[in-house]
Amino acid sequence: MHRVQVLDARGISRALERMAAELVEQVGDEKLLYFVGVQTRGVPLARRLANLVADATGHEPPVGALDISLYRDDVGPWRAAHQQPILRDTELPVAIDKKVICLVDDVLYTGRTVRAALDTLMDYGRPQAIRLAVLIDRGHRELPVAADYVGRVVPTSRAEDVQVHLKESDGEEGVWIAKEVGK
Amino acid sequence: MSVQAAARLRGKDLVGIDPLSAGEIQLLLDTAEQMRDIAARPIKKVPALRGKTVVNLFFEASTRTRFSFEVAEKRLSADSLNFAAAASSVSKGETLIDTALNLEAMQPDFIVLRHQYAGAPHQLARILKSSVINAGDGAHEHPTQALLDALTIRLKRGSLEGLVVAIVGDLQHSRVVRSNILLLSRMGAKVRVAGPPSLIPPGMGEMGCEVYGRMEDAIAGADVVMMLRIQLERQGRMNFPTVREYYDFFALTPERLKLARKDCLVMHPGPMNRGVEIDSRVADGPQSVILEQVTNGVAVRMAVLYLLAGGHGEPTAD
Amino acid sequence: MSRLLIKHARVVDPSQRLDEGLDILVADGKIARLAERIDDREATVLDGTGLVAAPGFVDLHVHLREPGFEYKETVATGTAAAVAGGFTAVCCMPNTEPVNDSAAVTEFIRARAAEAGLARVYPIGAVSKNLEGTELAEMGEMVRAGAVAFSDDGKPVQNAYLMRRALEYAQLFDVPVVDHCEDRDLAAKGVMHEGAVSTRLGLRGMPAAAEEVMAARDCVLAELTGGRVHVAHVSTRGALERVHEAKGRGVAVSCEVTPHHLALTDQAVADSEYDTDTKMNPPLRSAEHVDALLHGVLDGTVDCLATDHAPHHADEKALEFDLAPFGVVGLETAVPVTYDLLVRRHKLPLRLYVALWSTNPARLFRLPGGTLKVGSPADVTLLDLEARTTVNPDRFRSASRNTPFAGQRLKGWPAATVVGGKVVWRRDRK
Repeated sequence: MHRVQVLDARGISRALERMAAELVEQVGDEKLLYFVGVQTRGVPLARRLANLVADATGHEPPVGALDISLYRDDVGPWRAAHQQPILRDTELPVAIDKKVICLVDDVLYTGRTVRAALDTLMDYGRPQAIRLAVLIDRGHRELPVAADYVGRVVPTSRAEDVQVHLKESDGEEGVWIAKEVGK
Repeated sequence: MSVQAAARLRGKDLVGIDPLSAGEIQLLLDTAEQMRDIAARPIKKVPALRGKTVVNLFFEASTRTRFSFEVAEKRLSADSLNFAAAASSVSKGETLIDTALNLEAMQPDFIVLRHQYAGAPHQLARILKSSVINAGDGAHEHPTQALLDALTIRLKRGSLEGLVVAIVGDLQHSRVVRSNILLLSRMGAKVRVAGPPSLIPPGMGEMGCEVYGRMEDAIAGADVVMMLRIQLERQGRMNFPTVREYYDFFALTPERLKLARKDCLVMHPGPMNRGVEIDSRVADGPQSVILEQVTNGVAVRMAVLYLLAGGHGEPTAD
Repeated sequence: MSRLLIKHARVVDPSQRLDEGLDILVADGKIARLAERIDDREATVLDGTGLVAAPGFVDLHVHLREPGFEYKETVATGTAAAVAGGFTAVCCMPNTEPVNDSAAVTEFIRARAAEAGLARVYPIGAVSKNLEGTELAEMGEMVRAGAVAFSDDGKPVQNAYLMRRALEYAQLFDVPVVDHCEDRDLAAKGVMHEGAVSTRLGLRGMPAAAEEVMAARDCVLAELTGGRVHVAHVSTRGALERVHEAKGRGVAVSCEVTPHHLALTDQAVADSEYDTDTKMNPPLRSAEHVDALLHGVLDGTVDCLATDHAPHHADEKALEFDLAPFGVVGLETAVPVTYDLLVRRHKLPLRLYVALWSTNPARLFRLPGGTLKVGSPADVTLLDLEARTTVNPDRFRSASRNTPFAGQRLKGWPAATVVGGKVVWRRDRK
């Protein structure tokens, strides 16, 4: 495995600060904002964005977590040698109706996770609007999905893997592009 | 001993608790806990098993277990079909294998099987491509029952490890007790079983429990007491004389319950024979979690279906 | 008929205490000469280099299923299986349809065997009419027709009074009564051995006591009547102890053990996940009983081995464990399973092994054979003790395939079988 760093800890903070500022500027009424992080790394990112918005506006938006495993489109054949994604918590402390949901994820790739997240959310209520904030957009969309707020656009090839590590979950901060050596 | 959850279930079937590792049991319980939340949502349904077909193949009548599986299947958006087969394959003329192969020709993804003969799920699992889930095979196992019992205990007590669980009743003929002994002991609980000596099968202790001929000895200081249904009509009067005598010596009465810990949980797989193995005052009392067992049954069955259904090796959606 | 000359074999004949390299000359269906080197230009030569030549093996307990159950086995397929297993003679049980409780059925079976011209068949007649356990069957007429012993096998003779009278009456013809020792009430419709394994598998068990109780009863009745009792397929330590103790007091009791009861324990049912080819009656027992049986074989308490060859159609065995019929085939795996276990692993001397399959059973039922003495019938079993191969049920000559030994790689196989001077079977050379 050969990895190249494309964003360090400071780069991540700056990107998030900028995204929070854009959000606050565009939302109008920040009291409608509700950050929902997609499990797993979207969750700490959602929390950080919410804190940044709280610092900027004095109002603390609610933060929730969303597990999309049960809405994925890749539940495959029923044979053996398979692995279902592990279910994690979905916690929406406040009802999503009439809120402006800011869905947060670490990497936007094919767009299928976002599609699943939208379907999951819809079964919980009827938000006023859903926006999408991602730390990294690596291209290769397979569905017509676009992020409203992007930390960094990082072009990649399909053979590469984007690793977002956050201190909350991984003990280090940074974004790397990794590739299997000698394929 | 804190058990690390496995990443997946090995194999395509759930024929019993016996083949499961502690890690797989942990995964099932963790997943079941997540599944409980779906019942609390405004829309009690997720599309996870959309387009999957589940056949509930019940050779033994059982309204409640079948109903519980049906609810679980529908909550996962699967298509649920019920096939109530006649009592004996021999009397019907069609063998178990032929019935199953005929069903498989319609490509179900799952077959949930309840059968009066032990080993039937293993037979089907060997020859069918569908995932076979054991909903009770003779006196052998009832794995989803043990899982929901364990989930119920875990939700109340946090963990199974170190708990003293007493199971009382007709041990000889009970598949519930066998599955429970295996699961609870594997997860670090201490299991005590008790029943009339004429209904204790040999070597049950080797499955992972202590065996008592008197109920009082098993219940003393227990954290959980699980009562099994006694069915005198099944075995005839050579094993045990009468219902009255059963109540006198083996029923869970308020007096006997006092021998256990003060906050001891009272459980029963259902359906209950009120006034036979359990006094109504206990069944309806504050320590009873019998109805929660039923709720958790749906969650557990959803977890089993979800985990046995396929996914690709690596998650692809990004 | 031309003469047969078996050359260069190692001749092991317990009846003559022989174990040496000898040539065997056969003429007119009888053993004509045994000598270190025989030359006979006109004889057909059977090259016994590297092989052991023993008195023809005799299986005292097989189910040939004919008349009535020809879809499982016939006398023709059963005797073909026998000679492929190295057996020159078999005794067949009467639980056919109609039951062999008459001279007519006994004669029918013998005629069928003669037609097939392979292994000799000595029928065992029923003790009770139609195996119902209430009236004695015509033992005398059956003996005249060729029956060599009596039994209600598949079933026990449950009624002690009937067993007593049968033992007394059989003395008129000097034949033994073979009992399938199982107290039906204690056995309580069990489908495997009652123990920790049956408990874990949730299957009804037959306690060892069900066999021991009957074996004890039969020893008492043998002593009471002076009759001869042969305990079929002993499987428990307790029954073996009763037999041993009764013998010690001079009671005319004998017993046989099957290969599967020596090679497998009840754990096989669990390991195979309820495979019905591990279901038979008496059932596979726990290690404590298997150890006792092995010791009994090694120390001489067990008189002989016998297969209880019980063919069943694949459809019947494909049912749930509770519903499948009891029984496994055994003729074509008997030698490799027992040779591998007893001689190779437990170092039983070869001549004792040979005696268990030939000299002893022949003597017990007073059959011609079990010896290679000059003048005796030329029934010879040739064994290749170096051959090592895998048990493949698809190549069985039996009509049925229900064996628990499929896929096992074993050493020590039959090489050729001679009955009445005729080579009725030879192993294919690849």
